[in-house]
Amino acid sequence: MYQLTQLSRVFTKGRARITALKDVDLAIADGEFLTVQGPTGHGKTTLLLLLGGLDRPSSGHVIFDGQDLGAMPESRLVDVRARNFGFVFQNYNLMPTLTAQENVEAALVPLRTRAEERRSRALAALTEVGLRERAGHFPPELSGGEQQRVAIARALVKEPRVILADEPTGNLDEVARGEIVALVEGLWQRRGMTVVVVTHDTQVARRAPRTALIDHGALTLRYNRPPTGSAPAGPGRSRPAEAS
Amino acid sequence: MYFRYLSRELRRRARSASVVAIGLALGVGLVIAVNAAASGVSAAQGEVLHSLYGVGTDLTVTKVPTPGSGGPFRFGSGTGGFSRSEQGQPINVSRLTSSGGLATLSAKSVTAISKLKGVLASTGALSLSSISVSGTFPGSSASSSSNPLSVNTFTVTGVDADDPGLGPLNASNIAHGQSAVQSWFDSVQKGSSSDHLLALVSSSYAKQQSLKAGSTVTVHGTAFKVLGLVTLNQSASSSDVYLPLSEAQSLSGDKADVNTVYVTADSSSDISTVQGEIQHLMPKATVTTAADLASQVTGSLSTASSLANSLGLWLAIAILIAAFVLAALLTSASVTRRVREFGTLKAIGWRTRRIVAQVLGESLVLGLVGGALGIGLGVLGAFLVGKLALPVQATVSPTGLGSGAPGGFGGRFPGGGSGAGAGTGAGRFGGSGTAGRSFAHTFAANSHTVTLHLTAPLSLEVLGLAVALAIGGGLLAGLFGGWRAARLQPAEALRRVE
Repeated sequence: MYQLTQLSRVFTKGRARITALKDVDLAIADGEFLTVQGPTGHGKTTLLLLLGGLDRPSSGHVIFDGQDLGAMPESRLVDVRARNFGFVFQNYNLMPTLTAQENVEAALVPLRTRAEERRSRALAALTEVGLRERAGHFPPELSGGEQQRVAIARALVKEPRVILADEPTGNLDEVARGEIVALVEGLWQRRGMTVVVVTHDTQVARRAPRTALIDHGALTLRYNRPPTGSAPAGPGRSRPAEAS
Repeated sequence: MYFRYLSRELRRRARSASVVAIGLALGVGLVIAVNAAASGVSAAQGEVLHSLYGVGTDLTVTKVPTPGSGGPFRFGSGTGGFSRSEQGQPINVSRLTSSGGLATLSAKSVTAISKLKGVLASTGALSLSSISVSGTFPGSSASSSSNPLSVNTFTVTGVDADDPGLGPLNASNIAHGQSAVQSWFDSVQKGSSSDHLLALVSSSYAKQQSLKAGSTVTVHGTAFKVLGLVTLNQSASSSDVYLPLSEAQSLSGDKADVNTVYVTADSSSDISTVQGEIQHLMPKATVTTAADLASQVTGSLSTASSLANSLGLWLAIAILIAAFVLAALLTSASVTRRVREFGTLKAIGWRTRRIVAQVLGESLVLGLVGGALGIGLGVLGAFLVGKLALPVQATVSPTGLGSGAPGGFGGRFPGGGSGAGAGTGAGRFGGSGTAGRSFAHTFAANSHTVTLHLTAPLSLEVLGLAVALAIGGGLLAGLFGGWRAARLQPAEALRRVE
């Protein structure tokens, strides 16, 4: 699904140059559950944004389904984003003026889904994350864990091919963290989506078969379960590609 | 989703939204109120100018006498003429002179002007001043005590009855006595000799002289029957006695002359062309337009005009600009606060134009609310100006145009006709005076002052302008905010820590 080659991202701030990612090569298979781990500020989120087509590389390529996201015009990239990627953020990033259901519906707006269908799909997604009865509540009326579940419902309502989660448990207590990890894992297992979760939490990182470790912009791979040659990367999906 | 998101967002930041809406409302309200007040001032100015000219009259043509020629005063044959008498001898003289120090224009000028391109109509009028002196020359104690010298002056205007819609007695100048004026016009137009000896008398002069309909008024030895009384508008420049033009000409000895020609142009855009044509036709004449006269208007009306047109307008523009800038800054600040929100929307696939439309829509709603409030404020302001009915005074001074001519009235009435400002109309001699006073000085010092009550009429155009301004303000603020939202990079927005 993804092929990252010689991927670098450099930020310039005045005269200073900050290398967030340096010559990263990585392949992610369709249906794989990958965690990305590393200290704060070492390039994890940058990698996630590049995978989601929200940022462009300074050099190298992000190939998604054979298309280079870095070279794609913005108008097409918007479409690719709208159809293929579901984002989950550490701070939930829900619209405070919209109800849980409306927040979930917002993800269907760019797909020009009709209002009636939007409503039913949003309610179905909220049911899947266990928040059907909280559909009419506004974000400030929900706990952190509930808000993150709404955010997950918003990410999966459009049935994307990839869920990209940036520290989804970063702001949660232990109980809520366990619930969210279980929910993401369950989605991966049930739906067979490709899931990439950025975390600095080793416990969370080890839930995935593979973890990409990022340190000062360089990437190495860690197998949390021994790779079994012919075994699928996910629940009945393709094998993970090796990092170079 | 669009409107729900929009309305909830505006409710969320109700305070800053209110500031934007109120700012726009103040700007728009002030524009409406100032515009209405300016219209009121303009209408008042129009009324003043109008009254001095006559309705529908766009230009007047007068002529200043040649310096040193003895001024505009002309002496009619009079009853008995004027001659120095021995002390103690009785005197009874009457003089009819061109009023306002104006030189005469031939009746042919009226015809020639009417044939000019762009001229709709023209008519002539003859303004005269009657001065009569009677009694006994001082010097003999016996005779002076028995019959002191007295001077009686009044103004007479000869009106062309064939042009009732033009000239000094046009309908819009009449405050009271419209029917008397109409029947006077009708009678004079019939043309019989007795009908020509009919006069109209101003109510104030009638009161002063105890005249009423059916009375007789004597002008330069000729008796005229008073057909009715007439009161001109407060702002109009009236005469004491109105006669048929031909009679006035006959009495003054100018068989076919006039001293003011009232001209109506085909349209207001033709006025300057017509002015040039008349000037070309009559190089020595003074052709005055309403615009020329407006520059001579002084007094509180002039101050109000300056206030409305300068200070008021600039104040309104300044407040409006401030409101626009405030709206743009607050919208921009709101976009800054919502950076992560917009970044998230972009991340979930919202197009930039959809986000810009959201920001623009919010600002537009604020603009419309501000506009509606502004219209309310403006209408209230205009209503208050109208309710207060502030009195304003307008003065048209007779200075400036006339070079003045030394009077030649045998040394007794020196200084005739200095400074006859065109359009100042009938300079009045102020009723009866005493012998030896300088009547010319009285005339020269005379200026026409009227008091009007300021109104603030509203027009649909102004309200439309206000709505356009409000929408424009909202759009401007929205575009500024939208531009900032459009430039937002989603990655940058999502990295932002709030």
